[in-house]
Amino acid sequence: MKEKLRSLWQKLFGDSVRAFGVVSLVFLASMAIAPAKNFFSEWRHYQHGYLSVIRNRSDANTLRRHFQGGIQQIWLPDLGVVDRCTSCHVGLKEPTLTDVAQQPYRKHPVIPHNLDQFGCTICHRGQGAATTLAEAHSSTLAWEQPILPAKFVESSCGQCHRGPLQGTPQLNLGRNLLSRSGCVHCHAVKLPDGSTVKATDDPPSLSHIADKTTREWIYAWLKDPQAYAVTSTMPNFKLGDADARDISAFLIANSTPVPGDNVTLPAKASSDPIAGASLYGESFCASCHAVQNAAGNVVGGDVGPELTRIGSKVKPEWLQAWVQNPRVYDPPTGMPHYRFSDSQVATLTGFLLAKTDSDLLANVHLDAATPEQIAHGKRLVSDYGCGSCHEIAEVKKPENFAPELSRIGSKPITQLIFLQGMQHTLPDYIAGKIKQPRAFAPGLKMPQYTLTPTQIDALTTALLSLNDRSYSLPPSLAVAAPPESDYQPAGKAGKLMTDLACFSCHRINGHGGDMAPDLTWEGSSVQREWLVQFFKNPGTLRPALIRRMPKFNLTDGEVSELTDYIMTVYQSPSVDRDSMPLSGYSQGEIELGKQLFYGKYSCQGCHIVDTKTDKGYIGPTLTQVGSRLTAAWIYQWMKNPQALRPGTIEPNRAMSDEDAQALTAFLISQKGGGKQEAAKK
Amino acid sequence: MNCFASGVLILSVAALAASCSRKPDSTALKPTAFGASIVESSGGKQFGQAGTPLPQPVVVQVNDEPGAAVTGALVEFAAAPGVTFDPVSALTDSSGQATTNVSLGGMAGRYQIAASTLDKTHKKVELKIEEIALGYQQTLGRRLNEQYCDRCHNAESTAERVSNYDNLEVKPHPFTEGETLDKLSDADLTAIITYGGPALNKSALMPAWGNTLKKTDVQALIAYIRAVSDPPSRSASAVFAKD
Ligand code: HEC
Repeated sequence: MKEKLRSLWQKLFGDSVRAFGVVSLVFLASMAIAPAKNFFSEWRHYQHGYLSVIRNRSDANTLRRHFQGGIQQIWLPDLGVVDRCTSCHVGLKEPTLTDVAQQPYRKHPVIPHNLDQFGCTICHRGQGAATTLAEAHSSTLAWEQPILPAKFVESSCGQCHRGPLQGTPQLNLGRNLLSRSGCVHCHAVKLPDGSTVKATDDPPSLSHIADKTTREWIYAWLKDPQAYAVTSTMPNFKLGDADARDISAFLIANSTPVPGDNVTLPAKASSDPIAGASLYGESFCASCHAVQNAAGNVVGGDVGPELTRIGSKVKPEWLQAWVQNPRVYDPPTGMPHYRFSDSQVATLTGFLLAKTDSDLLANVHLDAATPEQIAHGKRLVSDYGCGSCHEIAEVKKPENFAPELSRIGSKPITQLIFLQGMQHTLPDYIAGKIKQPRAFAPGLKMPQYTLTPTQIDALTTALLSLNDRSYSLPPSLAVAAPPESDYQPAGKAGKLMTDLACFSCHRINGHGGDMAPDLTWEGSSVQREWLVQFFKNPGTLRPALIRRMPKFNLTDGEVSELTDYIMTVYQSPSVDRDSMPLSGYSQGEIELGKQLFYGKYSCQGCHIVDTKTDKGYIGPTLTQVGSRLTAAWIYQWMKNPQALRPGTIEPNRAMSDEDAQALTAFLISQKGGGKQEAAKK
Repeated sequence: MNCFASGVLILSVAALAASCSRKPDSTALKPTAFGASIVESSGGKQFGQAGTPLPQPVVVQVNDEPGAAVTGALVEFAAAPGVTFDPVSALTDSSGQATTNVSLGGMAGRYQIAASTLDKTHKKVELKIEEIALGYQQTLGRRLNEQYCDRCHNAESTAERVSNYDNLEVKPHPFTEGETLDKLSDADLTAIITYGGPALNKSALMPAWGNTLKKTDVQALIAYIRAVSDPPSRSASAVFAKD
């Protein structure tokens, strides 16, 4: 063996010439490695593949002309982008490749941004500088930013766009849930602009809970909130029997009565289900409150709590007092003070109390609480952070009860603990945590939510948008959310509007709900007398709507207070309500307007002027529009409806002055008779 | 050379392992009966956002030769990579049906879903169902449609929204009606949406939206109309089939 080696050595390096020759050969070979590696590289393989995909297409010549071989790169120093993805994704910018399903050759779908301005990784994550599939897409030891699964891609829109976008329903839903499920009560979420995400769920105060309900109900609720109300956003803390017993004991012992609550009303709760149902309907309770019907469907609004089993929860005296005036028990509540008569209160309470579920409390038997149980209950209340969401007398609201989530979307995988069988990616981790928070370690406190897979994906999307990049991108790219307004009307009328909870449904000056029309310029829009009548007897303007303005039993004084305020304060600078008369238009003008209405603009597709012929259902009925709206408002509305009410679906027809004038004349002449309106009910 | 050989070996072992690891789900279920045909009960031709679950589950039914429902037949669902099923396979219930929840892949286009069962001779009987994944632009179009167009163009009412279709003297077409809409070029669609019915000599009951919607909105609406067209629009769109 040794012999053989020696002779080989002799052959190769026996003399200096030989040695030089061999060494240079080896050197040459090693020099060739780099180009060879390049030649056999993945991207070159894909580029060849692309050329054969396009070879037989009718537009092959154009495509080949656009094709550039070699490593391609989008370099955007300001954004920290060095993306070589286009080396393999060759057809991204080819609009004609819509029918190509094979990757990496698909054209990029249409988005509102230019690839050359943003590159790829800002939206898709992954390693921009990498030139192999594995390194670009997967997390490796050196790099741990894998490609973002397509279903979460909207999270990247959220890095710059802080408000809702029409094209990102999933992100919008996720952000909404983050506030609405109360996640941010416990987890602080700060945004790059310095603001914090606020909760919108408004959990009730528990300081006076004994006025409202029984310890047995609290116990059942704590054990399983969704057994009481499927739509409840209260999560399940998976409490043992003893813990639920002790927390309920503490909450009852800790509760103090609200003065004036639980008044005994002269009328007893009446049990006339028909009158009750009709008053419930007339008052449009269902606009805000849902009830689960026999088929299991939840029907109604989600502004207030679900009422399916309300009779098994509340004390009758409390319910009477609440229906009479909810502001006694909960001054800032979004529920209107309806000004019901005593007999209406009795009817409605009786109707609601009948909504019971005998199973709910059937197995709840609690002995009188001991001081130890109460003390233990108090400890549990602070251990579980109940005070993060609920105001509870004697219990301080904990600060930073749970980890801050402001940059959760960039959390390094090395810092995460995964469940068995789970893919080791950040989106999987986040979704897993939301889905089964307690599974990750014993003793974790985060409660169990009842969320659908779609909701979990949406929440994951929203959380992924909270990442380092949202901080490092140039602030000039940020698109702010529409500013929150805390507008409050002033004076006596303002107090009245708060009492009636107008803002639960209507928006004024950027504040309030979106269930009912924006009233910011109502004073320019309607005639005073109509408004007075509307308050006294609110019919509906849109027959197709199921949510309507309820009747509030206002006194004449209250009606004129509100009307005066609206007519004076809520005026548009672009509509001078007195600039056009309410009558006196020529017959010719009216006739021309009528022709335009039924012909050129075919308004009858959506509106009814003549109940005998017109059927349109989308817009408000116009049979009495001449007694309702001001002529100046109609005229400006014809010219540009979105200028008066942003977002209205009335199409802007960019009418000439003459057309707008004629239509105004025609519409203002529709004074209606009370009869026509009544006939349609 | 050696290196190459071992590379091939490693690759083939990996490929083998990968193909094995896909199996166990289906072997876990044992069919107790066999059918002769498989038909769609519901859930075909839905559209959803790419990458997200479809709103309704896909339900198929296995029948025997005379056409009676078969209980206990094994149904397997398969599609292009990126599509997920929950569950991937199921035994038919007492009414002969198997149900699965489908999440489409991350790319917009049409996805072919294959639902298969075995007949008595252990031959595979397959049913193809098509689902539509909407990309960014089509999703935007869908939102705009719901906001501005659907109440006239869709005859169906929901609890939240009463259809206006019956109230129109001239009937518009649902956007899924490919036979009508596919006859209109992109330019025609742009014209009628922007300038209203009279632009194509049609009824003025179709309003002009050009001053209300942005150009990109109109494009998004057209992208949506093309995406949901049934039969598929001739403006080509990618089809993702099981390979
Ligand atoms: C007020 C009801 C109404 C609304 C709202 C409406 N359309 Fe139409 N549309 C019609 C009518 C009616 C026709 C049929 C006209 C004809 O055939 O003469 C039509 C026709 C069309 C057509 C031609 C194909 C067909 O269905 O006959 C297209 C395309 C169209 N509309 C798109 C839209 C889009 C996009 C929107 C939303 C931005 C919209 N429409 C909103 C009533 C409406």
